[in-house]
Amino acid sequence: MNIHIIEKRNWFLGFSAVLVVISIAAIILFGFRAGIDLKGGTQWQISVSGASNEGAVLSAMKEISDKEISVKRSGDGSFFVRLPSVSEEEHQLYLVELTKRFGTTEEKSFSSIGPAIGSELRNKSVRAIIFVLLGISLYVAWAFRKVSRPIKSWKYGVATLISLFHDAIIPAGMLAVLGHFLGVEMDTNSIVALLVVMGFSVHDTIVVFDRIRENILLMRGKSFSLGEVIDKSIKETMVRSINTSLTLVIVLVALMIFGPHSLFYFVLTILVGTVFGTYSSIFIASPLLYVWERLGARSTG
Amino acid sequence: MKRKNLWWLIISVFVVSTVSAVFLYDPVWRSISSVRPWSLGLDLAGGSYLVYEINLNEVSQADHDSVVKGLRDVIERRVNLFGVSEPRVYTEDVAGKSRLVVELAGVSDVNQAIKEIGETPFLDFREVVAESTSTTKFVPTELNGRYVKGAQMAFDQLGKPQINIEFNDDGATIFEDITARNVGKPVAIFLDDQLLEMPMVQEKISGGKAQITGKFTLDEAKVMVERFNAGALPAPITLVNQQTISPDFGKDSMDKAIFAGIIGTLAIIVFMLIFYRSFGIYASIALCLYVLLSLGVFKLLPVTMTLAGIAGFILSIGMAVDANVLVFERTKEELRRGLSRTAAIEEGFRRAWTSIRDSNVSTMITSAVLYYFTSSFVRGFALTLFIGVVISMFSAITITRTLLRLFVKNTVAASNENTK
Repeated sequence: MNIHIIEKRNWFLGFSAVLVVISIAAIILFGFRAGIDLKGGTQWQISVSGASNEGAVLSAMKEISDKEISVKRSGDGSFFVRLPSVSEEEHQLYLVELTKRFGTTEEKSFSSIGPAIGSELRNKSVRAIIFVLLGISLYVAWAFRKVSRPIKSWKYGVATLISLFHDAIIPAGMLAVLGHFLGVEMDTNSIVALLVVMGFSVHDTIVVFDRIRENILLMRGKSFSLGEVIDKSIKETMVRSINTSLTLVIVLVALMIFGPHSLFYFVLTILVGTVFGTYSSIFIASPLLYVWERLGARSTG
Repeated sequence: MKRKNLWWLIISVFVVSTVSAVFLYDPVWRSISSVRPWSLGLDLAGGSYLVYEINLNEVSQADHDSVVKGLRDVIERRVNLFGVSEPRVYTEDVAGKSRLVVELAGVSDVNQAIKEIGETPFLDFREVVAESTSTTKFVPTELNGRYVKGAQMAFDQLGKPQINIEFNDDGATIFEDITARNVGKPVAIFLDDQLLEMPMVQEKISGGKAQITGKFTLDEAKVMVERFNAGALPAPITLVNQQTISPDFGKDSMDKAIFAGIIGTLAIIVFMLIFYRSFGIYASIALCLYVLLSLGVFKLLPVTMTLAGIAGFILSIGMAVDANVLVFERTKEELRRGLSRTAAIEEGFRRAWTSIRDSNVSTMITSAVLYYFTSSFVRGFALTLFIGVVISMFSAITITRTLLRLFVKNTVAASNENTK
């Protein structure tokens, strides 16, 4: 089997460019729906045996206050209630009203987070993102410190970081879309998931680039076509790129199907990031390197 | 390494893993020893995590520490009355603000608990009316902790400990009235409805300062100063963050996560066996040892297991065989190049090492940052992921290589490789 990724590079680069543009557009248009841990608010999961639907629960709660309340039924028949930050007294009023109307009301979880904590977590998250990006960039610079001709070593690093951006922005765009249509929230867990994706994104790319460098060294002194060497390197490392990701995909899918509901979107974000991370290490990172090298060659030569 | 040493290595790994298996399976371990049970986070054990903000606006800088400490002690004493196993009460300083965190595991009536904790430590003064010779009645006055500006330790001329209370302007006026009415009589000081002190009023006191001397030791006096300072807080604590998880719900989440982890691990083993055949057997053994060893480390340290922590560990299971994949792919290449099986394996490990190191370092960077820069909830995830990645390098490289060196023989070439 021969692989002609460099030859068809415009298809792959174009496909990714479209996805990245859509993701960025979704983020700008829809924005993220901030989770209660980032902006403050209350999230309540209750099991109300006597309530038949969301409307019944909602109208019971509206009895107590006219705050902005949303009620959603989850798969196991319990209700997810979201409302602004409430005091403990108000919490008890809701509970009493629900019990009065529907009988036994069982609280599965209740969390109420004040706005101050929310802004603090937001700051911490921003700091974490900055430090992860900084740490990974420094590491990439170190990993590609060795000189290699004809491609300058820092170009490998920049191509790695561009694919990292690609791998993180697509699941982020997905979260914006899911937030807009399904009310999925961007909380600390989602941010952690995106950071984990950034960490994973780098290693597949490094494996391919390592091989390109190795193969270029083997060609020293001979004339060779850069495109062919890159294609050969991709072919040699493709199976391991896919297999290392597959093992991760296997556990992620197991967690999504069998794991607790609260982890679903956390796992989904990492899963989407991992799949696109593998795709980008094969179809994006190396073509980028090639295109850039050719542009450079044309301008200097 | 000599063959004999390889055997020793692999036998000790198996022994440690077996011990670890017994250690981490609580039903068995509990029958052997009561030390180190699993430490479960509130999201798995069920319970309440309450964060209060302490309002220190009206407290002078110098008294901050004693106010916070006094408040903590009062609340800890209250929490201990709930009969919760190992309640935790601690203070945190975040961005110049003092917070009080209360963790209650498996408390049955959280709402009652919140109510009792939330009550301001209440200090008040009462007049003492003798009804008969033996019984006395305490008549509440409007003077309470809200009017106390602060309290300090002092010593009287005899060197006995004495507590100086200072009232604010309103408090001073009320105090003056009360003392004027009660010269020669005792005035009772109550904290949380418990009689603390009944000092005798010698004269009318103006200026808003009172000294309490009584039969108390230096330590008791210190405690009381803390209590006074805590009771003196005008708007002492506000609940800013509450997370409550019912024990059933927590257990359900944990069971689901563990089940998903087991299914994931089995699926990886099937995958490795299909793709790498006999090599896959060794990788699978190494993977099982990895699971036992890391869980043993988590329990030994101990790492408090949370849902996020379990998720982090399950992710690390998915990454643990990555090193094996890299090595086996390289080994396949070397085999195609014509090397003997044992030589190809050695080359595979040697050449794949840089890729393995590189692929793990970026994950380690991410988890280290997450550990230091985020909330406690994320920390569990970061910690298990980090420890998992470190142990997986040992299991996937050292354990798998040792197994392969011991059990893989060259089918065609002479087995003189083994003596190397």
